[in-house]
Amino acid sequence: MNAVLQSLQPPARHTNEDEEDAWGYGNLDQRGGVRGMMVPRVPDPAAFLNLHTDSISSNPAAKIKLAHGTTTLAFRFKGGIIVAVDSRATAGSYIASGTVKKVIEINPYLLGTMAGGAADCQYWETYLGMQCRLHELRNKERISVAAASKILSNIVYQYKGMGLSMGTMICGWDKTGPALFYVDSDGSRLKGDLFSVGSGSTFAYGVLDQGYSYDLSDEEAQELGRRSIIAAGHRDAFSGNTCNLFHVRENGWEFIANYDVNELWYEYEAKKKAGASQAQAQKDEGMAVE
Amino acid sequence: MALFDQRPAYAHEPTVAPIEHRFSPYSDNGGTILAIAGADFAVIAGDTRQSEGYSIQTRYARKVWQLTDNATLATNGFAADGKNFVKRVKQRLEWYEHAHHKPMGLKAIARMIQTMLYGRRFFPYYVYNILGGIEEDGTGAVYSFDPVGSYEREACRAAGAAQSLVQPFLDNQIYFKNQTPAPGAEAFVPGRLPMATVLGLVVDSFTSATERHIEVGDGLEMYVVMKEGRQTTDLTDEGQLPAGMKVEELGSMGEGRGEKTFLVSMPLKRD
Repeated sequence: MNAVLQSLQPPARHTNEDEEDAWGYGNLDQRGGVRGMMVPRVPDPAAFLNLHTDSISSNPAAKIKLAHGTTTLAFRFKGGIIVAVDSRATAGSYIASGTVKKVIEINPYLLGTMAGGAADCQYWETYLGMQCRLHELRNKERISVAAASKILSNIVYQYKGMGLSMGTMICGWDKTGPALFYVDSDGSRLKGDLFSVGSGSTFAYGVLDQGYSYDLSDEEAQELGRRSIIAAGHRDAFSGNTCNLFHVRENGWEFIANYDVNELWYEYEAKKKAGASQAQAQKDEGMAVE
Repeated sequence: MALFDQRPAYAHEPTVAPIEHRFSPYSDNGGTILAIAGADFAVIAGDTRQSEGYSIQTRYARKVWQLTDNATLATNGFAADGKNFVKRVKQRLEWYEHAHHKPMGLKAIARMIQTMLYGRRFFPYYVYNILGGIEEDGTGAVYSFDPVGSYEREACRAAGAAQSLVQPFLDNQIYFKNQTPAPGAEAFVPGRLPMATVLGLVVDSFTSATERHIEVGDGLEMYVVMKEGRQTTDLTDEGQLPAGMKVEELGSMGEGRGEKTFLVSMPLKRD
C-alpha cells in the first residue's frame, strides 16, 4: 500500500537550501530572485558573523579580514554630477590594495560608489544592474535614478541587522535631470546635492563645502572633486593611493582620469608655494612704488 | 519511603561550571600563495606546508589547482574550506561544460567565484582565492578575491601568511613602485616581463618568505599557464628556469584553444 501511495506522490523536489544547484544564475533562482543565502545554524547568526569577521570594524581580532576604509564623494551641479573616489582598501592596518575600483559602473547611465564592505557593494550593485536592465526590457524606458536607488535600498533593508555594510551613492541622469541618492545598509535613502561617505569623508567635506556651488563650470567641478579626494587621502590614513574621477552628463557617464594622490598633493603644494612667492613679490613691488 | 530519603549521587550537585557553547568552525592553516600575469602567460604559485599554530600538519598539501586548460586557482586560509570550495567550483565548471559544450572562460569563472563566495556571505568560506590564467583575448590575467567575493583583475597578488612580506617586493618588481627609469630609458610598463624573469621573482619571493616566516616552506608549486602557440622549450630551455626545478606538462583537460599548463616544482627549506 505504501508503495502504491508513494508512486502516486509527485516526485520529491530537492529542497536542501544548503546545496547550490546548477540552474539559475549565480545565487539566483529560475525566476531571477536571490536564492536564500546559507546562514549558520546558531541562535544568533549576526553574532556569529561578527565573531569571525571584522565586517563592521568592531572586531579587529577576527580571522576573516574584509576590505575597508574609504573616501568617496559625489555632487550635483549644473553640468551634471561629479563622482570622485580613492582606491585604497585596508584590512586592519595593512593596505590590502591600492588599485580598488570604488566606482561601480552599473550601466552606461548609472554609477554607484563603494564604501564599507567591498563585496556587499560590488555584488548588490551588479545585481542592481540586472534589475535595471529588466526594467528597461519590461517598460521600454530607462529606470529613474530614484527607482534604481530604491531597489537597492529595499534589498539591503531586507538584510538589516544581519551584518551587511555598505554606504553608497547612486548617481545618474534621468528624465528629471542629474539625480543623486545616498543609500546605506541601515536602510537610509536620501536625495541630495552633495554627499561624501567613508572614513575620509570629514576631510573631503571640508574642501567640498568651501568650494561648492551649483553653478560651477565643468572644469571647476572636476577640480573640486579631485582636490577633495587628495585632501582626504593626505589626512586620512585609511584613504589614499589614487583618485578615480567620473563625470555624469545627459548622455551617460564618462571616466575622466586616474590620479596619483601623492604626486598630486606635491603638485598642489608647489603651486601654493609659487602663488605665495608671487604674491609676496607683488606686495614688495607695491611697497617700492609707495 | 526510604527509597527517596537520599537523592541519587549524581543529583547532589547541580552543574554550576559554565559551559562554553560557541560555534568555532574556522582554523588558519598558514601558507602563502602568489600569482603574476604576463603578456601571454600567468604563473600561479603556492607553498605546500600546512600548519596549525606551531605544528606542521603536513609538508605536502596542495593549495593550487588546475581548473581548465586556461584557468588555475590558488586558495589560502582554512584548508578544509579551500578544498571544499575548489570541489564545488570544479563541479560547477563540469555542469557548465555539459550545458554549453565548451569550457567556461576565465572572466566567467571569476564572476562565478564571486557569486559562490557571496552565497556564503553570512557563513563565509575562510578562503582567500587567487585565480590566474589566459583571458579570451589571449592575455595573461590574475583575479584576486576576498573571502566574501569582492574581486578585481590585477597584474600580481600575494595572499596568506607571508602576504605582507611578498607583496611589497612584487609592488617594486612588477609595478616598478619607487623605481625611476634611468635618464633617457623607456618608461616602465607593468605586466610585460618575460617568463624567465617572472619565474625567478616567484622563486625569490618564496625562498625569502621561507627564511622569515615560520608558516611558509617545505615545497613550492608553480603552475604556468601559457597561451596557445607558445613552445614547451620556452620553459625548458637552458637558462629559463632556476636550477633544481622539476617540470611536468599537464595534459589538456578538454577542448580548449591549445593553452598549455605546466607544473614547475622545487623544494623549499623544511625547518
